[in-house]
Amino acid sequence: MKILKLHKEVISNLNPQKKRNSMSGNMNIKLKVWRQKNSNSKGELVNYKVSEVSPDMSFLEMFDMLNETLINEKKEPIAFDHDCREGICGMCSMFINGRPHGPNDAVTTCQLHMRSFKDGDTIVVEPWRASAFPILKDLIVDRSSFDRIISAGGFISVNTGNAQDANCLPIGKNEADESFAAAACIGCGACVAACKNSSAMLFVSAKVSQLALLPQGKPERHQRVLNMVAQMDSEGFGACTNTGACEAECPKEISLSNIARMNREYLSAKLCSEIE
Amino acid sequence: MNWILKMFQSSLGQKLLMALTGLFLISFLLVHCGINALIFFNDGGEMFNKGAEFMGTNFLIRAVEIFLFAGIILHAVQGFSLTFKNQKARPIKYAVNNGNANSKWYSRSMGLLGTLLLMFLIIHLRHFWVVSRFTDEITSGKETLFNEMKEVFENPWVVFIYVLAMISLAYHLLHGFQSSFQTLGLNHKRYTPIIRVLGICFSIVIPTIFALMPIAIHFDFIK
Repeated sequence: MKILKLHKEVISNLNPQKKRNSMSGNMNIKLKVWRQKNSNSKGELVNYKVSEVSPDMSFLEMFDMLNETLINEKKEPIAFDHDCREGICGMCSMFINGRPHGPNDAVTTCQLHMRSFKDGDTIVVEPWRASAFPILKDLIVDRSSFDRIISAGGFISVNTGNAQDANCLPIGKNEADESFAAAACIGCGACVAACKNSSAMLFVSAKVSQLALLPQGKPERHQRVLNMVAQMDSEGFGACTNTGACEAECPKEISLSNIARMNREYLSAKLCSEIE
Repeated sequence: MNWILKMFQSSLGQKLLMALTGLFLISFLLVHCGINALIFFNDGGEMFNKGAEFMGTNFLIRAVEIFLFAGIILHAVQGFSLTFKNQKARPIKYAVNNGNANSKWYSRSMGLLGTLLLMFLIIHLRHFWVVSRFTDEITSGKETLFNEMKEVFENPWVVFIYVLAMISLAYHLLHGFQSSFQTLGLNHKRYTPIIRVLGICFSIVIPTIFALMPIAIHFDFIK
């Protein structure tokens, strides 16, 4: 049924008559956007109207349109994070209508299109909210706490010199697949934004898993998990309640099983290693 | 010993303690429910009183009781500590937050459900445990625990509170049961589905049996 529906959609998109209709089917959108001058000032939700929004626009393009209008009116444009605009860099970060990256599953805000909304909709856009992600301006938050967690242990040590022969380290297919799935994390912080505790467990566990599963990551696995968890705690992220909100909102569909793996890694580091 | 203290101060260690004490309390519920369900023999409380007497006088059981109280206190203290820390991690709340789109309400309300259960526990201990341990009413043979139950559950408000508490318990377990295994690192596509089903059955069956006790006694189904 789903395939049939998708097929119909594709056909209707190809139909030039239909296409013309959708051009005239532009939408008027009402926005409530969080505006905040800097990290020390108090912010508030400000109302905006954006007219003639094409349903084929991405959410960020709609913001570009609004910002151009604001600039023409000699007003301060809305600051928001973005970079690749193809869903792989992890820069975009908007809490849209109560969900990180908006209403669709497994996409980033740049891959969210206005056809997911209806004409006349009011959309509330807020920044990620966590004490570990202080707001810099408007919708931009400082996610350098993630960088500090990576610096604490999200790496492997490699000797300099000639590169080894490819495939000289045998890696099981299952391990390679699981590691790859964990490595898909783009570090956007949607997990923190979605979690009621602003917990970074899904992010940290993905990074721990990605390396712990591979032979290259084995020598430092105990030190890694202990350091990364200690850094995570000191940054002020909350603890994990296993609600599963992070997994449901993750644009890269990182699995909760990574969190269980990190719990195992942590326990084994505490019980089996000599590291203090 | 310092490493143990340090471990249980980290967020992962605190959760580990929650999971271990939680599972211990779950095992207690099973025993408690089994003994209390003896009233459903409807023999004037004879079997139940025998069971209660065994539990009250057996040395081993009394020794485990100390661990039980330690478990309850640890679970509650850690629960409150985690709840406060977690709230501090997001000082400014979202204006619009569609939590139901990504998680179940009861998984997000474990602190609230746990607080309700703690309040119920204080009432419940006052009703039965204090009477059987700190007064000589039952030990002297003047009164039996079964008669005490009949007396307490005469009041419809008490029955209402007990049933409400069992609904809280059901939702607390519905999340807590499977969550504790995840915290212990036990997540595998082979047995996690079994844990989930087991958790759902446990959180429905045990609280239902418990809730039926005050109802059955209040409406004289059990004499």
